Amino acid sequence: MIHSLFLINHSGDIFLEKHWKSVIGRSVCDYFFEAKEKAAEPEDVPPVLQTPHHYLISIYRDRLFFLSVIQTEAPPLFVIEFLHRVVETFQDYFGECSETVIKDNVVTVYELLEEMLDNGFPLATESNILKEMIRPPTILRTMVNTLTGTSNFEERLPSGQLSTIPWRRSGVKYTNNEAYFDVIEEIDAIVDKSGTTVCAEIQGVIEACVKLTGMPDLTLSFMNPRLLDDVSFHPCVRFKRWEAERVLSFIPPDGNFTLMSYHVNAQNLVAIPVYVKQNISFFESGSGGRLDLTAGPKQTMGKTVEGLVITVHMPKAVLSASLTATQGSYTYDPATKVLVWDIGRLNPQKLPNLRGSLSLQAGAPKPEDNPSINIALKIQQLAISGLKVNRLDMYGEKYKPFKGVKYVTKAGKFQRPACVAISHFST
Amino acid sequence: MSASSAFSDEKGGSSSVGEPEYGHDPASGGIFSSDYKRHDDLKEMLDSNKDSLKLEAMKRIVAMIARGKNTSDLFPAVVKNVACKNIEDPNQLIRASALRVLSSIRVTIIVPIMMLAIKEAASDMSPYVRKTAAHAIPKLYSLDPEQKDQLIEVIEKLLADKTTLVAGSVVMAFEEVCPERIDLIHKNYRKLCNLLVDVEEWGQVVIINMLTRYARTQFLNPNLNECLLEEGGESTFYGSDADQDEDEDEDKKDEALSKRKPYVMDPDHRLLLRNTKPLLQSRNAAVVMAVAQLYFHLAPKAEVGVIAKALVRLLRSHSEVQYVVLQNVATMTIKRRGMFEPYLKSFYIRSTDPTQIKVLKLEVLTNLASETNISTILREFQTYIKSMDKDFVAATIQAIGRCATHIGEVRDTCLNGLVQLLSNRDELVVAESVVVIKKLLQMQPEKHSDIIKHMAKLTDNIQVPMARASILWLIGEYCEHVPKIAPDVLRKMAKTFTNEEDIVKLQIINLAAKLYLTNSKQTKLLTQYVLNLAKYDQNYDIRDRARFIRQLIVPTDKCGALSKYAKKLILALKPAPILESPFKDRDHFQLGSLSHLLNTKAGGYQELPDWPQDAPDPSVRNVEVPEWTKCSSREKRKEKKVEKPFYSDSEGESGPTESADSGNSTFYSDSASSSASGSEQSGSGSEESEESEERSDSDEEEEEEEEEAKKRKTQKKEPIEATISPSGSLKSYELLHRITGEGLWVEYCFSRQPFLPDPHMVAVQIQFTNSAATEAKSLRLEEAKLQSGMRVKEFPEIEVLPAGESATVVMGVDFCDSTQAANLQLCTHSRKFFVSIQPPVGELMTPSFMTENEFKKEQGQLMGMNEITEKMQLPERCQNEHAIVQRVIAAANLSRVPCGSDKEFAGRTVTSGSLVLVTVATKESGPSQLTINCEKMVIGTMLVKDILLALTQ
Repeated sequence: MIHSLFLINHSGDIFLEKHWKSVIGRSVCDYFFEAKEKAAEPEDVPPVLQTPHHYLISIYRDRLFFLSVIQTEAPPLFVIEFLHRVVETFQDYFGECSETVIKDNVVTVYELLEEMLDNGFPLATESNILKEMIRPPTILRTMVNTLTGTSNFEERLPSGQLSTIPWRRSGVKYTNNEAYFDVIEEIDAIVDKSGTTVCAEIQGVIEACVKLTGMPDLTLSFMNPRLLDDVSFHPCVRFKRWEAERVLSFIPPDGNFTLMSYHVNAQNLVAIPVYVKQNISFFESGSGGRLDLTAGPKQTMGKTVEGLVITVHMPKAVLSASLTATQGSYTYDPATKVLVWDIGRLNPQKLPNLRGSLSLQAGAPKPEDNPSINIALKIQQLAISGLKVNRLDMYGEKYKPFKGVKYVTKAGKFQRPACVAISHFST
Repeated sequence: MSASSAFSDEKGGSSSVGEPEYGHDPASGGIFSSDYKRHDDLKEMLDSNKDSLKLEAMKRIVAMIARGKNTSDLFPAVVKNVACKNIEDPNQLIRASALRVLSSIRVTIIVPIMMLAIKEAASDMSPYVRKTAAHAIPKLYSLDPEQKDQLIEVIEKLLADKTTLVAGSVVMAFEEVCPERIDLIHKNYRKLCNLLVDVEEWGQVVIINMLTRYARTQFLNPNLNECLLEEGGESTFYGSDADQDEDEDEDKKDEALSKRKPYVMDPDHRLLLRNTKPLLQSRNAAVVMAVAQLYFHLAPKAEVGVIAKALVRLLRSHSEVQYVVLQNVATMTIKRRGMFEPYLKSFYIRSTDPTQIKVLKLEVLTNLASETNISTILREFQTYIKSMDKDFVAATIQAIGRCATHIGEVRDTCLNGLVQLLSNRDELVVAESVVVIKKLLQMQPEKHSDIIKHMAKLTDNIQVPMARASILWLIGEYCEHVPKIAPDVLRKMAKTFTNEEDIVKLQIINLAAKLYLTNSKQTKLLTQYVLNLAKYDQNYDIRDRARFIRQLIVPTDKCGALSKYAKKLILALKPAPILESPFKDRDHFQLGSLSHLLNTKAGGYQELPDWPQDAPDPSVRNVEVPEWTKCSSREKRKEKKVEKPFYSDSEGESGPTESADSGNSTFYSDSASSSASGSEQSGSGSEESEESEERSDSDEEEEEEEEEAKKRKTQKKEPIEATISPSGSLKSYELLHRITGEGLWVEYCFSRQPFLPDPHMVAVQIQFTNSAATEAKSLRLEEAKLQSGMRVKEFPEIEVLPAGESATVVMGVDFCDSTQAANLQLCTHSRKFFVSIQPPVGELMTPSFMTENEFKKEQGQLMGMNEITEKMQLPERCQNEHAIVQRVIAAANLSRVPCGSDKEFAGRTVTSGSLVLVTVATKESGPSQLTINCEKMVIGTMLVKDILLALTQ
């Protein structure tokens, strides 16, 4: 299936290549570079390209292109999904996925790639299994390896690959047994000019961090599972139990993983936590304009809005902005035409305001685009959909684990273009 | 650290292109110098006795090979190790690694060795080694395609494998080596369907794609009746309305039924659809897509809808995933628009989407447009036109054009909207609008002469060549609608002719020709002027065209026969263009495939066959019921634990005695006879109801069929029952009394079979008998208050138990080596009963085989407090050896030590695996003596009492 992999940085240099079958010359990437030239943005490069002898399937993540070469028919999503899995594995191992980190850990990277694919077909993609074979690097070990010339391969033989529970390694031991679940939600909403919600949906994930000894069999139930409109699971979750009883029954992987992601389609349920009054106008003469933004809380269910950041994508003609903010600080980047106003905690008593004048390029026509606005924010201890975890039970092991559920609010995007605003923020 | 410094050195150094050198030969760079240094020790490591060293060496060699490094000097050492030693290594990981190394060596001389090794590994007892063997098959095939026949034999063998670990890999090998040998799948079809949910994600994709093709060759088209009707001209009905009217549906069915035999879905076809459906919830987009395409290609129309929600979910994933999914959705929306209509808003475009995603979403929205939703869609489109992304705006204008051509009601609205865009400030928007308006006007030009006039005025301002050309063509084509303006436009164009782009020049010539033919009085001179200019143009196309037109329209002495027809030729009525989706008819490619995405056949693509006219023999998929003996011999293998799909409580192998072997082969008999597997009943229950709906007008023929099926099922029932209760002498205990249970009578016994899903559990066999007059529904056990540490593995719910029938299931209980009862709740659809399972101490152990010497040795270590001795007087009838053995074994699940002088029995407790040793010493005269050695004193004490009771009564 997957024949070769090339890693290409933002400026178009191939900085790593890996071949699982025979070696394919890197000139094959020229077709990709051609497409990259044509595309305005890196995201616009078609993920699938046809060349006379090969097919190129690529993903763009963390300012890097992961370009795979295949020679025969293979489901494109299969390859794309695998490439994303590679990125996630790198992030898991090295904390981030960047050119520097990959170059620093080139040996581990090759070892990982070697284990992840055999003859182009995925072999071990579960982080638990990989970690049993290849230890993630630490500074000390990197030094020792450099000096002694040993590799990161585990000395003892891994047994995880042999298990029919491919996501969990055997012989897990902890002195403190704990299981934490974070319910993280984001709202996707389209708000029209007058501020009414055209449609809204909630996107949620349950991120788990499970550190339990042995082979625990967990059951997680919700107070209100009917809320969930659509769900997708980590392979550990038993589909049948969910279908029959709406409980999550699973033997968890060891460590961090995404247990499930869900979707709540609830037009009326969704409360948008903040509002932004925007007044951006340009003078007829075309020499400048005026900007006035005010943010305020809407429905926050008594919780405080934190980390509020408002981003405005200005029309191309805007040269500079001279504004005053009653709270927080603002920056305007004339190259990307992005105005960022970092407000921080939202004080309902004293609403933050940003106002001032914009200067336009001389001679440019009056911009007609009313700029779109992105809002990022954070609310702790609130799941906007109202989803509640009922209880977590453990079977199969005798100890009493420490359990915790957290409803987290993470930053997202909220967008309001001229007539249709697409808001997308998380709570 | 050294690696990073090597990078920077190289970057700053010799490399002139600014690229690090090491990439050209990945293994030669300085960064791998540590590998060089360690080359010599690889040989030593391979010859060493330590497993870990060997494994390390092997992995390093694989890595070197993968980097394109020449490892030929290590070749003999590896092959020696691999072929002779490591392939027979007791550690399965080493065997697997050895095979991986061997098969990665791309040298033809080792083909025979590789073949041998693969064959050997394919019958290895470790499923992991067998998996590696499956991976090696495509490698050998690419090295030497002549081995195909032999490799197919190996594939055939591995296809019969019953572990989830192997299934994905062998199907992958099948797809690469012999995808045409669909016959190899028959016998394994049901097993693959049942294992599917537990196979790892990547294997699931490959299996589902293969089974889609298989199903297309083996089953009948479930939508055949509808197809017939669609051909009969009712397609509009289907195209516009997704929610079918019940009555009309019936009518259609009747009509179709009169034409052909009623359609009954093959149960195997149903099995595939049912077992793939839960995977729509997978986190892996490739798996979801695979199931979606399977449903699209195989499911009855009414059921395809379930995939829409899952596909819409994928739209929230990475943009690459969105790109592929949208391409597939675009194809699906052409055939089955109805299923995506409820999700219309999910395809609305966000300003943050990359352009290629925007364009695909537009495509989907356009395909979804219908009379009912067109106003919403057009309103949405209007906002898109204000976007800053000009390519996207252009695509939107084209989309509006397509909606206008398809939906007559909104044509005027669209046209007006587009005309308004003509005064847009952005020239690209205007140009695109002109092009689209031109196409729309061609449909009804007579109504829109004012628009044509308006566009004529635009020629003064608009500079985009394509738009200018379109306007000129329009004026020429419909010059009789604008008789006054047309000659004036030509006058202006004649003035600017030399500065125009080529496509515009050609249209000026066209305009001139058309005007000359219709209004030669006013335009004769102008035309000649234009043609003269064109005669000396730099472009030969234009010179050519001018010469041709002149000969055609200007009558001269020598003019040919053609000029008589000039009017007919040039002013012929042109058909209006049809604006079609580029995704039309793309579904002849299997959806989700690379070929579908590129709309060209990729190398190695397997065509999706058409449904057969008549179904091939379904009995090819029948598998004989395996004998129990075969199973148990398998269990005795040392690595038995991994052989069983341990995790799957969800599908297939629900009961413990029903290993994968019996699970697949007896699938249908199970579901009907409600024997061991409950989970399947849940499926079959719904299936039956569906089927009965489908065949609401069932005729006698079908009933006969059903009868026969029932007979078949009952016949098959027996062997399973036999496997569940191996010896008829098990003692049963009552769990729920007939009267308390209101007709439901439940008994349990200890089957003494190993409980496969968890070896630390005691298998408890439960028999439900429904003596009530009504059927009992959703029978299941729930944990009530278990003692700490106690665990229960419930059996899958029994969906329905008809009156007078009985069902047997097996569950596992970990009693923690104590005789405390497991308190459970027995639930039916209407009631709950508290019940408890109390194990006799003798059931808490499993037999352990040992020789007399071992027995004595172990006994020697369990003296003192761990030994309990009891004197007893055996009754008359209990004196002989046979009776004693029988009674002891009945009381406790132990096995006799062969050839012992005394009667010795050995076993281990189920949970902790502590040894239980029992000795019965009999003397000719005087009392006999019973000795029990057991680490667990409580167990020992209780066991003494039980055995004593058994022997003396």
